[in-house]
Amino acid sequence: MAQIDLKDLAHSYASRPQSDADYALKRLDMIWQDSGAYALLGPSGCGKTTMLNIISGLLRPSQGRVVFDGRDVTDLSPQDRNIAQVFQFPVIYDTMTVFDNLAFPLRNRGVNEGEARKRVEEVAEMLELSDDLRRRAAGLTADAKQKISLGRGLVRSDVAAILFDEPLTVINPHMKWLLRRKLKQVHEQFQITLIYVTHDQNEALTFAEQVVVMHEGQVVQTGTPQELFEKPAHTFVAYFIGSPGMNLLPCRLDGGAVVIDGEHIALADGLGARAERAGGELQLGIRPEFLKLHATQVEQGIPVRVKLVEDLGNYKMVTVRLGERTLQAKVPEDEEVGGEQAWLVFPPEWLRLYVDGHLVE
Amino acid sequence: MEKTPNNKAWLLVIPVFVIVAFSAIIPLMTVVNYSVQDIFGPGERYFVGVEWFKETLSDRRLHDALWRQFLFSGLVLLIEIPLGVMIALAMPKRGWGVSVSLVLLALPLLIPWNVIGTIWIIFTRPDIGLFGVAINGLGIDFDHTASPLDAWVTVMLMEVWHWTPLVVLLAYAGLQAIPEAYFQAARIDGASAWATFRYIQLPKMRGVLTIAVLLRFMDSFLIYAEPFVLTGGGPGNSTTFLSIHLVKLAVGQFDLGPAAAFSIIYFLIVLLFSWMFYQALQRVGTGEK
Amino acid sequence: MSLVLEQVTKRVGHDVHIADVSLELSEDSLNVLIGPTLSGKTSLMRLMAGLDRPTAGKVLVDGIDVTGVSVRKRDVAMVYQQFINYPSFTVYNNIASPLRFERLGKKEIDRKVREAAEMMRIEPLLDRLPSELSGGQQQRTAIARALVKETKLLILDEPLVNLDYKLREELRSEMHQLFQGGGTIVVYATTEPLEALMLGGSTVVLDEGRVLQSGGTLQVYHRPASVRCAEIFSDPPINVIPGRVEGGNVRFGREMGFPVNGHLAALPPGRYQFGVRASHLSIGRRTEKDIRMPFTVELAEVSGSETFIHAHHDGVTCVVQEEGVHSFALGAPVDVFLNPSQLFAFDAAGALVAAPERDGGSRDQDRGS
Repeated sequence: MAQIDLKDLAHSYASRPQSDADYALKRLDMIWQDSGAYALLGPSGCGKTTMLNIISGLLRPSQGRVVFDGRDVTDLSPQDRNIAQVFQFPVIYDTMTVFDNLAFPLRNRGVNEGEARKRVEEVAEMLELSDDLRRRAAGLTADAKQKISLGRGLVRSDVAAILFDEPLTVINPHMKWLLRRKLKQVHEQFQITLIYVTHDQNEALTFAEQVVVMHEGQVVQTGTPQELFEKPAHTFVAYFIGSPGMNLLPCRLDGGAVVIDGEHIALADGLGARAERAGGELQLGIRPEFLKLHATQVEQGIPVRVKLVEDLGNYKMVTVRLGERTLQAKVPEDEEVGGEQAWLVFPPEWLRLYVDGHLVE
Repeated sequence: MEKTPNNKAWLLVIPVFVIVAFSAIIPLMTVVNYSVQDIFGPGERYFVGVEWFKETLSDRRLHDALWRQFLFSGLVLLIEIPLGVMIALAMPKRGWGVSVSLVLLALPLLIPWNVIGTIWIIFTRPDIGLFGVAINGLGIDFDHTASPLDAWVTVMLMEVWHWTPLVVLLAYAGLQAIPEAYFQAARIDGASAWATFRYIQLPKMRGVLTIAVLLRFMDSFLIYAEPFVLTGGGPGNSTTFLSIHLVKLAVGQFDLGPAAAFSIIYFLIVLLFSWMFYQALQRVGTGEK
Repeated sequence: MSLVLEQVTKRVGHDVHIADVSLELSEDSLNVLIGPTLSGKTSLMRLMAGLDRPTAGKVLVDGIDVTGVSVRKRDVAMVYQQFINYPSFTVYNNIASPLRFERLGKKEIDRKVREAAEMMRIEPLLDRLPSELSGGQQQRTAIARALVKETKLLILDEPLVNLDYKLREELRSEMHQLFQGGGTIVVYATTEPLEALMLGGSTVVLDEGRVLQSGGTLQVYHRPASVRCAEIFSDPPINVIPGRVEGGNVRFGREMGFPVNGHLAALPPGRYQFGVRASHLSIGRRTEKDIRMPFTVELAEVSGSETFIHAHHDGVTCVVQEEGVHSFALGAPVDVFLNPSQLFAFDAAGALVAAPERDGGSRDQDRGS
């Protein structure tokens, strides 16, 4: 168990990086708290796997230090770092039984057979693999194999952190739920630092206590799922988190309100003034979940035209047009949406303003 | 719409049938025909049943050649497979070194068989050959025309030099196909180089190594050109392998009947052992403990 | 055109990949094949396309038996999980390639290519090579190439599965607009319930090579024929609670029970499996009719605006989908509320015997543009 510090870290795959664009990972400082459950979230090519491989030691950073509990491990190999990693595609030793697979990291480290047996049986019990211990690992399903990969990390009593590189890619949706639950339980029980890399916001938000959102080699926000959802610090986070993402509408200020296509929308007290001070390109952000759609005219209601209603079982997704702008609103499954005209209410407490892409606090 | 246009496909397969018939089935049937007859000349032949088979099977020269053959093929596999795998493991994985090593490796494979023999005869000649002179210079009396052991060493060298590259290429292809994540996982699991080889590389190479073993076994079992060019099967009968014996029988002595019976037995042995190797290698790593 | 499968079976060696499937796909229809991995989606699509020949049964196109007719002679386009494009062709030439085989005029090709590119929003990329594109753009190119052929049968085999989550979300919302008009039969395979719901049309539920249910997508969603169907067509999987009906009451375990009424009133006494979707369970009381179930929290997962609470009681584990962000201590007691009118009832064999009543159910009301 360990706290992981990344100090003044940067990485470029080019041997002589010329500009900022050459860096897969731009300069950053970061602290991963001991026994935290983290997700590293971002689209492909945002640098998240690079960061993961630097932490595990598979990659040496071009600049900066990696520190585990005060010990500089930048120059240590993966096996000397007490790190376990679970990969996108299950890696198992085909010729071995499940038992031997799980015992492999222990045997490599010279742990005696009795102790190894005890640890393996304990972990197998936890991962519900006890009945398969005698079986050959090659014949198992993808999710069982992924559990073995995870188990090889858990058997080691000295493990500082377990890193996951999109581990559920090849797993059925149904099994994903079970595996995620297992992962949470493992975290509760073993109190190990977990870092989970994914491009899937659902996986990141359900798994992690802290989510680190990355975009083009930079960390754009670190926060709890709730913070990312309710107060995205950047328009990228606003768009990336939530399904669909936040509605973002170019607008201009008019006193304590914003104006979109001639319609005035009231803001919370003081927000407008703070945005005014910041200056720059202005966007209004509101999540589809927080918009209220009404079939009849209501106070504060902005008239909109209903374009499309999609019944998605649990809820309905309604696409509307406000002047030239398109917005989406999420409404409960039992709410009827009829007619072409509707009124949209923007609750001031959920309105966010972005100046040049950055949140106005 | 046509109901079964797939019938047309048979037309496309016919050339293959014709080729296989002329190249394999018809000659084989001719051999079967010869093996049960005593032939004195055109039109002068008598049916002798399994006589030739009995005679061939009890022929001491055949027994000797057969044991020699097994020893040779066994040694070939024991040397070429591990050596090939070792070279493949040592080869660079990326960069300019890859193409250089691949070209160097492919060279022996591109040289015609009889040329190989000639190259090595000259190379190992005790009077003018680089190898022969050098080794004699070291005080070792080396002469493949006089000493059976030296003849064996020379044939073995030729064979290994000529065909190990094939094993290397196959093993290398097998190694390159292993996803990087396996090696990363092994490093994290603290696996030694040997454990990585034993539990990742070797199992993942099973398929290509099966092919390598089969190819090298069948090929070395049919070895002819090298010992023929070198010493014609000598000194004595020390490098008279099955095919050399067969040719002596059929062409040299014109004993078509016994030679045909011999061919069939030869064919069956190759088939049987190839099948056994295949079965054994398929089972490695898949069977339950 | 119509496509009909009659008792189609596909065996490979001893493995049955497709078992006795009968289906009828009508002209200009969008059909979703939903099922877990290895349920036979790809095998079935290959049979539809004519890439494979069924071991038994018939494939009819417009009433004519085409079983065994090669795929080349059928009017089919396919999009795969992997992004398959010609690596040395530009996007333009990739899209144009099927038209060149048909020897269309240059102008005609150009018009169609640009039309398809516009639809897939890859017009600015026409001069690029596939290697210069992102995964999403590559797959858009592949889909554009399939669209441009204007085939009678368009097959998409989990086309979005290898894309980033966000890209998948964007493409998914564009998908159903593509398939309107043109008389094409579209068959779209997926493992994800949400994808099926977004596409709409009709849905075929596949499991272990068998068709479990087919019908309108929303209808299948709201009336799953069996427990297995409900599991496949719910994410998170539907909660299944074993129970029984006796003496005018529904009983779960020893202590929980409530009187039967509404859609459950007609159930004869006996054992049942009751299903309820995660979004229909709640932590707070929602209606007067709600019944309280004492559970223990196993795990709480937050997904932005929602919290998924995994809880168990008496050997039954349920997932509750709750609006908002909530935190729960693991192992803490929690009261889960259930509105009996939202319960599905399945008999002992797993077949649906009662489903919650729904009023009509409006579907994809496109108000035009």
